Amino acid sequence: MSRRSSFIRAAGRGVLFALVGLILTGCGVNDVPRQDEAVKAAWSQVLNQYQRRADLIPNLVETVKGYAQQEQRVLTEVTEARAKATQTTIALPPDVLNNPQAFHQFEQSQATLTGALSRLLAVTEAYPDLKSNQNFLALQSQLEGTENRIAVARRDYIQAVQTYNTTLRTIPGRWIAAWLYPDAKVKETFTIPDQATQVPQVKF
Amino acid sequence: MQLARSTSLAARIALGVAVLLCGFLTQSAADPTFPLLTGRVVDDAGILSPATRERLVAMLAQEEQKTGNQVVVVTLKSLQGDTIEDYGYQLGRHWGIGQKGKDNGAILLIAPNDRRVRIEVGYGLEGQLTDAQSRIIIERAILPAFRRGDYDAGVLAGTAAILDVLGGVQVTQAVPAEHGGGPVPAGLLIWLAFLVFFVLIRGFLWPLFFLPMGPWGGRGGFYGGSGFGGGFSGGGFSGGGGSFGGGGASGGW
Repeated sequence: MSRRSSFIRAAGRGVLFALVGLILTGCGVNDVPRQDEAVKAAWSQVLNQYQRRADLIPNLVETVKGYAQQEQRVLTEVTEARAKATQTTIALPPDVLNNPQAFHQFEQSQATLTGALSRLLAVTEAYPDLKSNQNFLALQSQLEGTENRIAVARRDYIQAVQTYNTTLRTIPGRWIAAWLYPDAKVKETFTIPDQATQVPQVKF
Repeated sequence: MQLARSTSLAARIALGVAVLLCGFLTQSAADPTFPLLTGRVVDDAGILSPATRERLVAMLAQEEQKTGNQVVVVTLKSLQGDTIEDYGYQLGRHWGIGQKGKDNGAILLIAPNDRRVRIEVGYGLEGQLTDAQSRIIIERAILPAFRRGDYDAGVLAGTAAILDVLGGVQVTQAVPAEHGGGPVPAGLLIWLAFLVFFVLIRGFLWPLFFLPMGPWGGRGGFYGGSGFGGGFSGGGFSGGGGSFGGGGASGGW
């Protein structure tokens, strides 16, 4: 009799655990790690696209040099900004996504490079020969495409972080994280707006 | 005391609801609305002739049958205040053009009222249909016709060029970024004639001669090809779940 009742009790406990497990999965016990992975994936895409831009620059600088030697200042500026950005990227600590200082340093160095590049492309407008050079046109369109990819990657990252941070800061994600994922921390996101939103306004 | 606690709770709940609502509202405000994916050619702006649409559908269906690449042509009434770059990749993701996992989709996007055109390239096709190639297609094949107001010719030539590039042909002739009005150079005319010839061959004659009963015949409307990636269901057309990351090029006229 007591054996039977203990069996029933064990079975009941098993069913209870299964139910609790199901409910927890349903209400997002895996949300934190899943969204954490999404943020990491989005971040590698951001790095990947910035790297792609950095890879295009030496070729671009060489091509422009052939036609616009006198634009030495802008060219040097681009080369230096690229070196700085690459250096910052290499020196990124592993916890960069939780490290405001490192994150914003990275962001700043890339923004400086964006600015230098747009100045370079602006001065090339004055050189018709350069502008009709096939190599330059190819590089220019690749650079434009890459800037656009960077914008998309940044937006995806911002969105992924927003989802993740929201989970961490709202209930029930907040309780679940405190209970199961005590290491989970709110992540950094971009604060300097895209170049696209900074287009100078023409005023009359 | 009791009253104060309950009012503060009520305030908190109200705040929570407001924040939630706020989130929903900004979310829906940020996303542009997209036209329905009614086929491989979505002529929302109504600038293409029925004959052109038919020819485009045949070309695009054949491409998908042959290589699995999903290419669609879209004309838009309005970009809703977005840039064409912003709109394009979101539209591609919304529709899921290209096969899932392969992301082998591309969109030729035309916004005649904003005078903008863009070739949006899925992740998986970025290696073949590069930014530079897309730019050359826009400058060489599409914009000259658009500047004349001939949307049919521009879209046909552009689509043919996109399919050529996807097939491994490189378009190499580059032109200055801006060459406004002025006489049309002879080289360009020859090139266009070549393109039109290709369009005829690819879109019209091939299905006519070789595949009179083919599932993608130019006259029978829109039928699904082989079923891969869940791309087709029934007789309609839908995206296969491909994704976009902002590759491609844009131009204006």
